[in-house]
Parts: sequence; structure tokens; C-alpha cells
Amino acid sequence: MKQFDYVRPATVTEAVAAAAQPGAVYLAAGTNLLDLMKGGVSRPDRLVDVTHLDGLDQIETLADGSLRIGALVSNADLAHDPGFATSYPAVAEALLSGASAQLRNAATVGGNLLQRTRCAYFYDTASRCNKREAGTGCDARDGENRGHAVLGWSESCIATHPSDFCVPLVALDAVVEIEGRNGRREIALDELHRLPGNTPERESALEPGDLIVALRLPPAARGFSAHARYLKVRERTSYAFAVVSAAAALRIENGKIAEARLALGGVAAKPWRARAAEDVLRGVAPTADAFQEAAWRALADAKPSGDNAFKIELARRIVVRALTLAAAGTPARVPALPASPFASTSGAIHA
Amino acid sequence: MPELNLTSAPAHLRHGSNIGQPLTRRDGVLKVKGQATYAADNHPPGMLFAVTAVSGISRGRVASLDVVAAKRHPGVVDVMTPDHKPPLAVDPEIKTNPFVFRMEVLQSDEIRYANQPIAVVIAETLEAATEGAALLAPRYEVQPALVGLDAGESFVPPVVGVGNPTELHRGDVEAGLASAEKQIDAIYQTPPQYHNAMEPHAIVASWDGDRLQIDMPTQGLMLSLARIAELFGIAHDKIHIRSPFLGGGFGSKGLMAGPQTLGIMAAKLVGRPVKLVLRREQMYGPVGHRAPTRQRLRIGADGEGRLTALDHHARTVSSTFDDFYEPAADASHTLYAAPAIRTSHDAVRVNTGTPLFMRAPGEATGSIALESAIDEMAWACGMDPLAFRLKNYAEVEPISGKPFSSKALRACYEQGAARFGWAKRSLQPRQMRDDAGFLVGWGVGTATFPALMFQAQARAAIRRDGSGVMEIGAHDMGQGAWTALAQIAADAVGLDIDRVEFKAGTSDLPDAGIAGGSAHTATAGAAIHSAGAAVIAKLADLATNDERSPLFGAGNAGVIARDGRLVRRDDESRSESYAEILARAGVAEVEAGGTGAPNPAAMEEYAMHAHGAVFAEVKVDPELGQVRVTRMVGAFAAGRIVNPHLVKSQLFGGMIWGLSFALHEEAITDRRSGRIMNANLGEYHIPVNADVPPLDVITVDEHDPHVNALGIKGVGEIGITGSAGAVANAVWHATGVRVRRFPIRIEELLTQS
Repeated sequence: MKQFDYVRPATVTEAVAAAAQPGAVYLAAGTNLLDLMKGGVSRPDRLVDVTHLDGLDQIETLADGSLRIGALVSNADLAHDPGFATSYPAVAEALLSGASAQLRNAATVGGNLLQRTRCAYFYDTASRCNKREAGTGCDARDGENRGHAVLGWSESCIATHPSDFCVPLVALDAVVEIEGRNGRREIALDELHRLPGNTPERESALEPGDLIVALRLPPAARGFSAHARYLKVRERTSYAFAVVSAAAALRIENGKIAEARLALGGVAAKPWRARAAEDVLRGVAPTADAFQEAAWRALADAKPSGDNAFKIELARRIVVRALTLAAAGTPARVPALPASPFASTSGAIHA
Repeated sequence: MPELNLTSAPAHLRHGSNIGQPLTRRDGVLKVKGQATYAADNHPPGMLFAVTAVSGISRGRVASLDVVAAKRHPGVVDVMTPDHKPPLAVDPEIKTNPFVFRMEVLQSDEIRYANQPIAVVIAETLEAATEGAALLAPRYEVQPALVGLDAGESFVPPVVGVGNPTELHRGDVEAGLASAEKQIDAIYQTPPQYHNAMEPHAIVASWDGDRLQIDMPTQGLMLSLARIAELFGIAHDKIHIRSPFLGGGFGSKGLMAGPQTLGIMAAKLVGRPVKLVLRREQMYGPVGHRAPTRQRLRIGADGEGRLTALDHHARTVSSTFDDFYEPAADASHTLYAAPAIRTSHDAVRVNTGTPLFMRAPGEATGSIALESAIDEMAWACGMDPLAFRLKNYAEVEPISGKPFSSKALRACYEQGAARFGWAKRSLQPRQMRDDAGFLVGWGVGTATFPALMFQAQARAAIRRDGSGVMEIGAHDMGQGAWTALAQIAADAVGLDIDRVEFKAGTSDLPDAGIAGGSAHTATAGAAIHSAGAAVIAKLADLATNDERSPLFGAGNAGVIARDGRLVRRDDESRSESYAEILARAGVAEVEAGGTGAPNPAAMEEYAMHAHGAVFAEVKVDPELGQVRVTRMVGAFAAGRIVNPHLVKSQLFGGMIWGLSFALHEEAITDRRSGRIMNANLGEYHIPVNADVPPLDVITVDEHDPHVNALGIKGVGEIGITGSAGAVANAVWHATGVRVRRFPIRIEELLTQS
């Protein structure tokens, strides 16, 4: 494979300096990057290994009630952290529905946010891809695209963001803490991922050298813990990316929805926050009709990018189901088949 | 002393002491400890690494390769291209027999399919060879690719499968359809599928002068050896192949593959040992696959639910340069008693690697279509699908009119249905729900696979210490040959299994034929059985002709071999140990050969098939369309069961494969480029643990005196057939939606809510 430099900086500052160089990329667990490198999709000159940096693997509750999660916390450790699933059940369920147990043990919080699309044309270096190589064209647009985006896509790119984790996070207004060449800043997770437009090669708001050091869930995120679910339809029961997924979180007071949060996965180049749907749910009773209306609002702007019109109807149904499940109340334990439509099936022992 | 006829029932055999025992696999500990040496685990001194560069297009030619850049890369030793390669003794385009397939070994710059090898980079390290291959940066002259079942003019191939007639008929199908009260006319589609053995195709090749040492997984040691000898123009005895373990083959390692030949060429080019291992995505091209099919079934039935006609036509594809045609319609030959049957095939040529045998070739693709169509007809007749199958139970093979050598299918239906609780099934679809509100569906499918026999030899010996040796170049693909064949060997020489040295897996042993067609245990087992009988006969000769032996005068047929002793049949108090016989005779060991082969007379007289019945339960989310199989019961009758433990594992594997066929597996081909877009195990979906429900396998007793001396029918492939259809039929029963395109996708089930 291509020769590359490997550096292991001692501090975040050193890491940022090393990664700001052209051709440098960060390496955390590498569950995505190494595959990309083996396939020739990504050919970096320099890997900046951040896994040994101190202080990025903590989960801490801040004075204001926020939860701050270090970028190097593994997906498995976060999902199994005492209290995390109780406070943020949809996030835990999403984490445990992703990948496989082995991958979750390795994969990091920061890496999950920055995983690349699973569009087959992005991975196939014999195909044209504007995201992989700007300006070459998009072979997915008229290709095998039943899994591609139905929201926010452009003629340049119809890829989707594959993360499960990001879907409830964006619904809960998670914030990303970034260390860059000009010091520390923070942005809403909803602002991290970009829609493709004419520049699908620019996937995030990060600048060269920017390192995600932590993820923060604001105090209000806990307020949904009694009514929060993640639902993921996929083509096998485990170890598959979402065809469509949804995170639904409700705050119910006196039989009415005081506040609703809704986001969709597998439908766009970013985790898709459905604010219009949230708006129609505010102040109404959690009824099937209200959820249907929310589903229509959530997908109002959707349009097929190929052989994927079914995803729009499926997404509507998933929204209704996720809201229905959330309204019914968070289960006492994370289901044995997290986020699966079959989560309630007795006797399931696999995750 | 003449070798014994393998089909004669040998008097000496006492089944049950080893055969029939559920031994765990004898190589299990080695595998668990990582001590089983697979081909790519070998690293002879001085070994180099070879990496193939493969084509990014599927039709055209290579216009240029940057060999200079590749060679300049540190560690790269040489780059093998069409212009720079050792000569072959024969043109790889020439087919010298039907088991020789054309292979791409850099004979030209023509590209016939995506992922075709176009160069081989040989380097000191795998990393250097990999980068060297990337640096070749091929440029192409591209021609429009031929893709899909309608890629061009269809034609009728001369044969399908391995020499099967393209068309067969019995009775008047059109008249049968015309007279039918109910008719089904439906089209089913199956996708291209890839074998995806866990172990990729690999080879470690070393030349020493004109001697060639090879480590390579193969399902056919002698077929591979013969092909190598022909390609490189060397004598058979100059070649030694080791293939003690395969990480799965499923048909893709039956014949010498092009990339493995390239490994041998690379070793010759550089004069050092070379290892070449395909990457996963490189297996989607030069090492075979199951071709897609589009099958039309027309079925007629009378007012009582009796079939009047069955017409099964299959369209498939082959490559642009060679011929293998998935014999899908042949699945309709054996199962249902239609008075008129016609099966036919046609094909188009596409830019693909040549399709090949893949676990139940023809039977798997044909079975899911046939079982779906039979289910559709049962519903049209208002009948329970099991009752419909029983109503049309074939007492003789429908296509030939021959009696079956044995057929316990009725017992399979009965035992499977009882275990499953089939009697409680609703006739109407979309009637059953569980407590959580999921749609529940139950489906049945009939399993069938021919009981085949190929040719094999074995050599047996009894040593002076009374122990035994059995030698046969047999193949363990993971199915358990090391164990099952050793069990047969132990019984064949009348010894405990631990007293027999069982040798297999190398090309210097007697030819065991091919591990395919579900026939390896039967064929190799027959050879072992016959060699054992022959060596025991020699030993008996020594004893019964020696007046000092207690067996003197007993005659050949008058003794039984048991626990290391020959025992007089009519007087068990008179016996003598093998060691005593050999010691007194002053002979170090006796040895004899045996053969296994089909019995043409029996084949002429009987139809020989294994059978089974598979019952499946699925749950379907009524709004979201996601499907989960929750129970499967398979009852199979496959003659003598040599090792119940391993046989169950084989049948489990087959049933899971059937589940996969119905719900998961599909190679997604770009309609323009002909490239496989999911050429990896992340996106080419097969079931994961969470998709596999509790499986229940019943092996139904079946004694078959005709298939071979041991009565073995084989279990390697039958588990897929029936299972795929049972799952598909269960999805229909759950939802009321008949999906005819496989695998069944979520969007097909979103139509209602």
C-alpha cells in the first residue's frame, strides 16, 4: 500500500499542528479509515494518531447539567456507561444498533461523527465520484441507488451519512467541541455535516487540523428520557446500515406533547433534523393522527434520487412508529435487539 | 487378488462401530487453536508476495500500464504482464474437456469482465506488491458492457449444467395446460450470487527445476494437478499439491482458477516461491459465481388439485467467452407428479466471469421458483400447500418414469409437519399475528438433490502392529471429511478409528475425485470401503490358508473383521488378531486398493435422489416490511447418515443458505459498467447470527440398497433447496404479498399497511 508517515503527538496542540499539513488525517480507531486506505479510496500522506492523547476519554457531567463525552470514548463504553442509557436512551439504543460488537468496542465517539458515506460509488475507485474526487461526476445518480438520499441531495451527490449515533444526537441538540489552529470553538452537531450542493467533497464544517475533542449533550437533553426511542429498519437483523432510521423524543406534560424532537437517518448527507414535524407536535396530544401529520411534514421536501421512492414512504412510517414507541414510554432496559422493529420480540438474545 | 466390486454388499462390514457415530470433527482442536495450516499460512524460505491488478472495466482492452512506476516502487521485484510472462505449454483458451474452463492468465490485453486480472506485481512484501499494483494506473479502451438478462439476443445453449439436456419433456404440456381448471403463469427472478468462501483463493507455489510444490485450497486435487500439468507441460509426478484444509469452497474451488495459475507463473518468472492471495473484491470475477435467472413457470391443475402440466423455462447468462448455464429448470424433473412436464433454457452472454457451480447449482435457483409456483397453485386450488404437495407426490420420477432407488419424502413431510405444528396453519394468508402484532407466516418447501457418484480410488494397508492405514486424496472443505471418511475407513478395516492412520488432502495420494455434487462422502467412502474390503480379504487369505491359524480353512467369506481381529463367521470363539496373522506370515504389511464409481446398471434402472421437507415461520412488521425468520424445521432423507453430528451441521448450513437466498443474498451489478457494487462482506448480505432462528433438523431413516455400497446419498447441498422456497412461501402467508423477485426486499412488502 501507499507509504505514509505515522505520527503520535503528545498533546492536542501538537496534533492540530501535525494534522493541519496537507495530506494529513487523524487516526482514531480506524474502523472506517483503514478500510478506505486498503481500498485506495483514501490515500493520506500522514496519519496523526490521536488515540494516546490524554483527557479525551472521559464522560463527565458538567455543573450546568450537560454531559460532556470525550472524543476517544468508545461507542461500547458510552452505551454501557452507568446512567447514560437511562438519561439518553435513544442515543444508547442507536449506538447499540450500529455495526457489530467488535466494531463498537473499537470505534470512537469522534470517529463515529466523521465516518464517511457508504455509497458504493464512493468506495469503488473505478467509478466516478464527486465526493472522492471533486468534479469527476456522480455515477450513483443514474446507477444502483435504491439506498441513496431522498432529502437534501444535489445532482452532484446523492450519498447518505451512515451514522446511527448522530441521529438522536442531532435531535437532542448535541454540541461539538473542536480544537483548531485558532484555539477552541464549538458548533451545533447539526452544523457539522454539510449538504452536498456543488461541493460534496466538503463534508463538514471542519478546517484543516480541526480535532473534535468532545461532544456535549445540553441539559435539556435529559428532559426526554421518559419518551425517547431510536428505530432502524435494515436489511438484516444486525450488522447493516439503516435503510431509514428515526430518533424520536418527546416531553409529555399533562397528556400533551410539551416538546418533540425528531431526526431521520439514512435519508440525507447529514443526520436530518425534522423541525417542521417537531413544530406540529408541540402542544398536541400524542395521537396517531398527530404522528401522521408529523410524518408528512418531515418528508414534505423529500424526493427520490433514483430507485428509492420507497424510502420516502418507509420514512413516513418509521416516523409514525418511532413517535408511537416514544409516546408509549422508554423501556426499562435497552432492548435485546436495539432499535430493531423486532426489539419487542421475546427470546431475542443477539445484539 | 482382484479388487472387490464396490457395489457388492461386503460380508465383512459391521456398520455402527464407527459409521453412524456422532463424532466431533477430528480437526476441531487444530482449528480452534489456529494450528490447522491453510494454504496461505505457508511461507517457504525466500517467498515473495504477488498481487494481481484487476480490470476496472468489464469490456475493452488495456491500453497502457505504468510498469515503470510499479517497478520503481521499493520492494517490487517484477511485474508480470501479457508482454512479460513465462510461456505456457497450451493455450488457456483451448478447452480440452468439459471440465476445463477458459481462464485469464494474461494471454492478451483483452478485458472480458470487471475484476479480470490484467497484471501481477511481485514484491518482497505484501504492502509493496499492493502499492505496485496501484501504481500501474491502467488506461483502457472501453467498449459498452453487456449487462443483465436482456443484454443481447438469446440463444439455446447445447447443454446446461454439466451435460444436462437443455430441453426435456414428457407428455403434452400444452394439452395439459389447456385442459387445466386452474393455471399459474408466473415469472421469478434470482440474482447473481457469489460463493464468498471465508478463505479467499490462495496459492503458494515453489519451483525446483521442473518440480512444482503447491499449497492451494482445492476441491479437486487431481483435476487441478492435471490442469497444471497440461498448462505448464510437466509430468504429473513432478507436481505436488497440499490442500489439507479449505475455508469453504462451495464449488468455487473445484477447478483450477486463473489467479492460482498466475501464482505458479509468477513463481516461475522470478525463480522464487510466490504467494498470491485474492482480496475479497477480487473474488467477484475470476473464480465463478451463480448466474442470475429469470424463470417462467406455467402450471395447470384439475378440479381436484392434481397437476395436469408443468412447464418450466429458465433464462440465464454465461460469459462472452465460455459456457456454463445454470440448469434451473431441471429442478422440475423429479418432485411433482405432473403427467406432462417440459423444461427448457435459454441464455444471453454478458461481460462477467464465467458462472460456475455454486452450492446446489440449478437446484437452488430452480427450487425457489418451483416451490413458490407450487405454493401459488395450491392457493389457487384452495388447498393447504402441504396437502397439495402430497396430492401430487411422485411415486416414480416424473420426467423419466423410473422408480426411485428409495424415497422417504412422505416421512419427511409427516415428521417435519408434526415437529413444526403445521396443522394449526391458517389457509388464508395474512391471518396470523403474534402478541406484539407482527404478521406471522408459515411456509413449506420440498427439498431434493440427486444422489451422485463420481470416480475415486483409495489404498488400504494393515501393518504388522495390527494398526491400519487408509490413503485417499480427499478434500475437507469444512464439511468434515477428515472425520466422516475416517469413520468409514475404520469400519472398512475393522478397527477402532484411533487405530487407523487416515491420510488425505495431498495429490500424491490416490485420486478421490472432486468434492462436489454432494458426492464426496459417497464416492470417496465407496473407494475406502472397497479398499478396506480388499485388504481384509488379503489378510483373510493369509490366515485361512495357514494351517497354524485358528481360522485355517474358513475361506474368504467365512470371516468377519472386527476390533482388529478376524473372527470365524460360524464360530466366534475362533479368531486371530491382525498382528498375529502378519507376524506368523512374516509380512510387514498387507495392502490393497479399492475404487468407488457409479453403478451404470443401477442408474439405468432407478432414479436416485435425496429428499426433504422444510418448514419455516417468518414474522413481518406489517407497516415497515422488515422480515425475520423465527423458526425452521427441516426433515431430510438422505440414505445412510455416516456422522449425525456433521450431517446436521451440513443441513443447518444449507438451511441458512436457503434463508439467505430468499431474504439476503444479491450481487448488485451496475447496469452500465457491469461492475459488482457490493463486492465485500459488509454490503453483500448474508445472514448474521441474529437472522438465524433456532433450526431443527430431523434425519429420516432411509435405507437405499442401490445408490452405492454404503447407501450414502450426500447432504452437502440439499439443505438449500426447499428452505429458500419455504421462507418465501412463509413471507407470502404472512403478508398476502407474493414476491417473485429474490431476495425479497422491504419495498415489496410496503404495499399494504
